[in-house]
Amino acid sequence: MSTSIAHLKPGQKGVIKEFPDDLLPIKLLELGCLPGNEVELVQIAPFKDPIYINVNGSHIAIRRSMALKIELDLIEDIQRV
Amino acid sequence: MSKQINVALIGNPNTGKTSVFNQLTGLNQKVGNYPGITVEKKEGICKLPRGVKAHIIDLPGTYSLNTTSLDESVAVELLLNKNDKDHPDLAIVISDVENLKRNLLLFTQIKDLKIPAILVINMADRMVRKGISLDIALLEKKLDTKIALVSTRKKTGIDRLKVLIADYKNLSIKPNLDMTVIAPEYFKSLQETFPNEDLYKLWLVITQDVNFMPLEKNLVKDASSFNTKSKSELKRLQQKETIKRYQFINSILKETYKVDINAAKGIKATLDKILTHKIFGYLIFFVILMTIFQAIYDWSSVPMDFIDETFAAASEWVKTSFPPGMLTNLIAEGILSGIGGIVIFIPQIAFLFLFISLLEESGYMSRVVFLMDRVMRPFGLSGKSIVPLISGTACAIPAVMATRTIENWKERLITILVTPFTTCSARLPVYLIIIALVIPEGRILGLGYQAMTLMLLYLIGFVAAILSAMVLNKILKIKSHTFFVMEMPNYKLPLFKNVAYTVWEKTKSFVFGAGKIILAISIILWFLGSNGFTDNYENAASIIENRIQEEGLSAFNQENIAKDIRTYQNALNDSISKNVYDLTPQQVSDSVHNFKQELHHKAKLQEIASYKLENSYIGNMGKAIEPMVQPLGYDWKIGIALITSFAAREVFVSTLATIYSVGSDEEDTIKNRMSAEVNADTNKPLFNLASGISLLLFYAFAMQCMSTLAIVKRETNSWKWPAAQLAFMSLFAYLVALIAYQLLK
Repeated sequence: MSTSIAHLKPGQKGVIKEFPDDLLPIKLLELGCLPGNEVELVQIAPFKDPIYINVNGSHIAIRRSMALKIELDLIEDIQRV
Repeated sequence: MSKQINVALIGNPNTGKTSVFNQLTGLNQKVGNYPGITVEKKEGICKLPRGVKAHIIDLPGTYSLNTTSLDESVAVELLLNKNDKDHPDLAIVISDVENLKRNLLLFTQIKDLKIPAILVINMADRMVRKGISLDIALLEKKLDTKIALVSTRKKTGIDRLKVLIADYKNLSIKPNLDMTVIAPEYFKSLQETFPNEDLYKLWLVITQDVNFMPLEKNLVKDASSFNTKSKSELKRLQQKETIKRYQFINSILKETYKVDINAAKGIKATLDKILTHKIFGYLIFFVILMTIFQAIYDWSSVPMDFIDETFAAASEWVKTSFPPGMLTNLIAEGILSGIGGIVIFIPQIAFLFLFISLLEESGYMSRVVFLMDRVMRPFGLSGKSIVPLISGTACAIPAVMATRTIENWKERLITILVTPFTTCSARLPVYLIIIALVIPEGRILGLGYQAMTLMLLYLIGFVAAILSAMVLNKILKIKSHTFFVMEMPNYKLPLFKNVAYTVWEKTKSFVFGAGKIILAISIILWFLGSNGFTDNYENAASIIENRIQEEGLSAFNQENIAKDIRTYQNALNDSISKNVYDLTPQQVSDSVHNFKQELHHKAKLQEIASYKLENSYIGNMGKAIEPMVQPLGYDWKIGIALITSFAAREVFVSTLATIYSVGSDEEDTIKNRMSAEVNADTNKPLFNLASGISLLLFYAFAMQCMSTLAIVKRETNSWKWPAAQLAFMSLFAYLVALIAYQLLK
């Protein structure tokens, strides 16, 4: 199933899809936001923004607008089944 | 004879870089700015084995050499520029054991610059708890470097690091990877254009985002002569480079780094849930803010009173122990009170930074930003602006210094510019006395008018700050990156040493940075207030003595003395009737006479001081600006107080006390004297509702604080911003006060 980081629920995980080169600032890439890496949504701030994620072992917060751009393949949450 | 080794500490934010720096250098460090910019420069000396010394620079934290901010550019520039006197012989890359993968990205980049590099793996004490095991020997081999496994918390590994630094000549300078493979054609043509330059270095220069150093500009200019790439092409290459580096790092860590996942999940997730919770999160933050506020406002009042009294006593001592004259006065009233005016801020600064560094060190500050970002964003402020804005309610000076934690320069500048609008504690004495004079004591719905006025003034301050932030956000054209990425670091118990260093360093930088300006202005104000060019000033004492002999003391003083004597007499009679004292009528009348003499003498001195101030340079200035302040409902006496209170707002009250020739320590007397003052034009009380409100609003908005200006100058590294702040705030205050008076009168 395809979705974006902004659509995850806390605890849900996904794998970053291929994205165009100039989509993200280089800083995000360096922090591990690269295609193929796993993202877990840790927490969403009270006003739905920013969004706190764990990507590739980096715990970072990004704004909603950015999170919407990063598309994912959802990893089905096995524990919940 | 050995030369000093130049060492640069570089690493990602939150890796404990500063702790390593502190442990290497101890107190042998100094903090300044890089010339011309506001990036903080920390350097220190470290003693190594065999008598060698290392000069260590703590570079701003950065995730990679691909720069996106001025701070990061400083780091890269120093690594690239071989001509810089601080160009490192050796780079120490600080990493933390939990984020080794990401930290190694920076390490491989530095290695590729062919600068000898040591890898420090910090926070080794966490390995067991987090289930991490490392094959250091293999990692050293794969990365072609030396590694020091350090725990700044347990103070282990620093000695090995020192040995490694001393032996830096044995380090390999072979690059880790050949990144030209990402675009062989492009790099080939680049090499042909610049045969003598290092390819990776060229690549960094070409892709640099922030341009400010001469070295770079020259190269970019030359670069236009060959087949250049578009921005998005360069970006794709940067992305390729990043992927390539991560591949290399992943392949190494697979063999050397093992983590037992079951041990990994811990307290962080739980704490995050509570601290960023939509109710508890704000509640906890609110409690912390209140504690900070209480500390700066309340706890620091004890040491501040002590400082105040000590300096007053010292000044008194100088006046009585040295022969009277210009020099004694300069020391007692100019220099000593100037220094006192600097030292008095130390408790507040120390308290605020004690808390801020605890918040930063523990990792909580990032959660504050996470909570507040959305709320502050519409105003062009950062989530971190909330701390300076709230602490501005105690004092703007530590608040402005606290903006250093805001990484984004535009957000930081806006915060600095609007913070002085918040109602600081120095406005309080002015507010209280004027409110008591002009606002009636009645109540509505259980709320006193006076209390409501005070509350409104606090509110007005906040609104002014927020609104001007919005305006500044619109008009300031500062290139800043709009994207927002913030690391949420692990929670850590703050290290006492780091907290202590921060407090010490901030206090020092205030005293020596802003202190000079404050002292200079104090001396100027003292000079203007205690010198005059007219005969009236010179002969103040004899003029007033003559006047008193002819006309007696001023009506107000006469009344006051009469009242005081009545009180004294009654008290005396009371004691006699209760048999506390046994006095003859003669003794009573002598005692009353002596008391009267004493009061008379005091009143005379006060009237002389008043006349002197009136005829001093400042007095003349006050009279000169009278036409300007008249439309606001003020007279020249208030004009003088406006000028002197530029030193600090609370001086307003004591200046009026001097002008009205009442002792400045008797608050009720000042109030009575002020309410007796009559406007010469209208014959109504000078302090009425209209002029009172006008004064309150003036003090709410005006930048009447040289210390804040001095600290803004220091923090923005230019006179431009404090000047703009002074001009805008004064003009705004003037207009608002004018409108208020004209409407209410």
